[in-house]
Amino acid sequence: MTVLARAAEVSRRYGDVLALDRVSLDIRAGELVGLLGPNGAGKSTLINLFVGLRRPTSGTVELLGGSPQDPLVRQGIGVTPQETGLPEALKVGEIVDFVSAHYPRRADKGELLERFGLQDLARRQIGGLSGGQRRRLAVALAFAGEPRMVFLDEPTTGLDVEARRALWDGVRSFHEQGGTILLTSHYLEEIEALAQRVVVVGHGRVLADDTVTAIRDVVGTRRVSLTAAELPELPGVLGSERADGRVHLLTADPDRLVVELVRSGTPFSGLEIRPTTLEEAFLAITSKETADV
Amino acid sequence: MSSLVLAHTRYQLLEQIRVPLGLVASAFFPAASMLAFVVPFAGDDPVGATRATGSMMMVGAMSAAVMGLSISVAQDREQPWNPYLRTLPAGPFPRFAGRIVTTMAVMLAAAVPVLVIAALLTKASVTAPRLALGLAALLAGSLPFMLIGLFLGFLLPSKAAIGVSQVVFFPIAIVGGLFIPPQVMPGFLQALSPYVPSRGAAELVWSAATGSTPNATGIVMLVVWTVAAALAAGWAYRRDEGRRFS
Repeated sequence: MTVLARAAEVSRRYGDVLALDRVSLDIRAGELVGLLGPNGAGKSTLINLFVGLRRPTSGTVELLGGSPQDPLVRQGIGVTPQETGLPEALKVGEIVDFVSAHYPRRADKGELLERFGLQDLARRQIGGLSGGQRRRLAVALAFAGEPRMVFLDEPTTGLDVEARRALWDGVRSFHEQGGTILLTSHYLEEIEALAQRVVVVGHGRVLADDTVTAIRDVVGTRRVSLTAAELPELPGVLGSERADGRVHLLTADPDRLVVELVRSGTPFSGLEIRPTTLEEAFLAITSKETADV
Repeated sequence: MSSLVLAHTRYQLLEQIRVPLGLVASAFFPAASMLAFVVPFAGDDPVGATRATGSMMMVGAMSAAVMGLSISVAQDREQPWNPYLRTLPAGPFPRFAGRIVTTMAVMLAAAVPVLVIAALLTKASVTAPRLALGLAALLAGSLPFMLIGLFLGFLLPSKAAIGVSQVVFFPIAIVGGLFIPPQVMPGFLQALSPYVPSRGAAELVWSAATGSTPNATGIVMLVVWTVAAALAAGWAYRRDEGRRFS
């Protein structure tokens, strides 16, 4: 499959800080990739390199077969602005027209606004929009130029559940029509809901690059939850917490844990075993990395 | 490319019109000065009033260029919208061009109240071709001030740009003879006057409107200032790019 965005052995230094350390990453046509990592991990730096805002200190970044610094190459991508920076004085329709004017192929304005639930707001001034409406407008702008690939940085931060779902639908329909997406999010639920491939970055490096399921399996932990007054010493417990009378235990071997629990004769009820969420997987990977350093 | 310049000009103009603070600031001061100084003191002298009208138009243009441009450029640099614009498929040219065209429109708009006051309340007179020539001279003479505005805007944070642009604006306007005609200024100011860019710019406007012979030193210095300001603005722009987007 065609590679749309490629980082090869890319490092980026800000003074003494090494924000990216020999990162290599290929994003192929039609992929929906989630970029995951704590603040300061290098996510934003990586996106800034791909969209041409910064140059790598070493290594090469390729976008649609060319350089991200070339405006002609950038005709094929769409980026989300931070909604706090949208020009307040302009109307919704005007800002869409302004952004569209930069692209040879343009999305139909009415259809674009409708896709993100903004159809009634075309004549509204941006200064008068709610936070959620601004956020949706910001994401819609990434699609104004009929791009082949979009970069969505934290697309639904601060949105309520309904608005978030509406936005996800917009992103999914772009993907179903063959669009390529690189998405960062603090909401792990969002990555799990949208992405097929997850790239975990931490300390400026790619720590893991695999499917959502595989990332969970890499860590291989399960969460065993139960209600019990007091528990004996159990084998293989990686972490435990007590909340609302329930005990949650993280373990790599839930079968053995349950066997030992039954053997000990401790009374318990409401046993539940679930795979860990991506968030738990992600914390495990990044803390493992810290421990190695 | 030209459609992009148009898109950026439209965008800048809409911002100017919807938040007309810069427009009002640029138009108010010269109009008020016309009423306070020109109408009572030079209103009855046709040539004096015409020259003073030209001076006040230049004051409005300088204010739009030095203060308006520097503050809006400095503020824009601080907005998260700025890096987003850089991801759009366009180089810096359409943005610059849009900004310059918009500033020129503000200058012409700021000249309107001055012209109306001059026509109604003074003996200032001008033929239609000389008026057109005068407006062209106004725009041409404003070039170094737009470049100075860009220089300050790219160099300074917005709060500093507000202060510094005022400190730059008033002395240059006064020494250049925009508020008091050069011939009635004290001797040392008369000697200094041709070396500030506002004098050369005003000489262009006066000469276009009344047919007077412009001060040669003033014109030469206007060119020198324009070149120097272009170099400074280019340097400040590249410095800002290098720091933020390397």
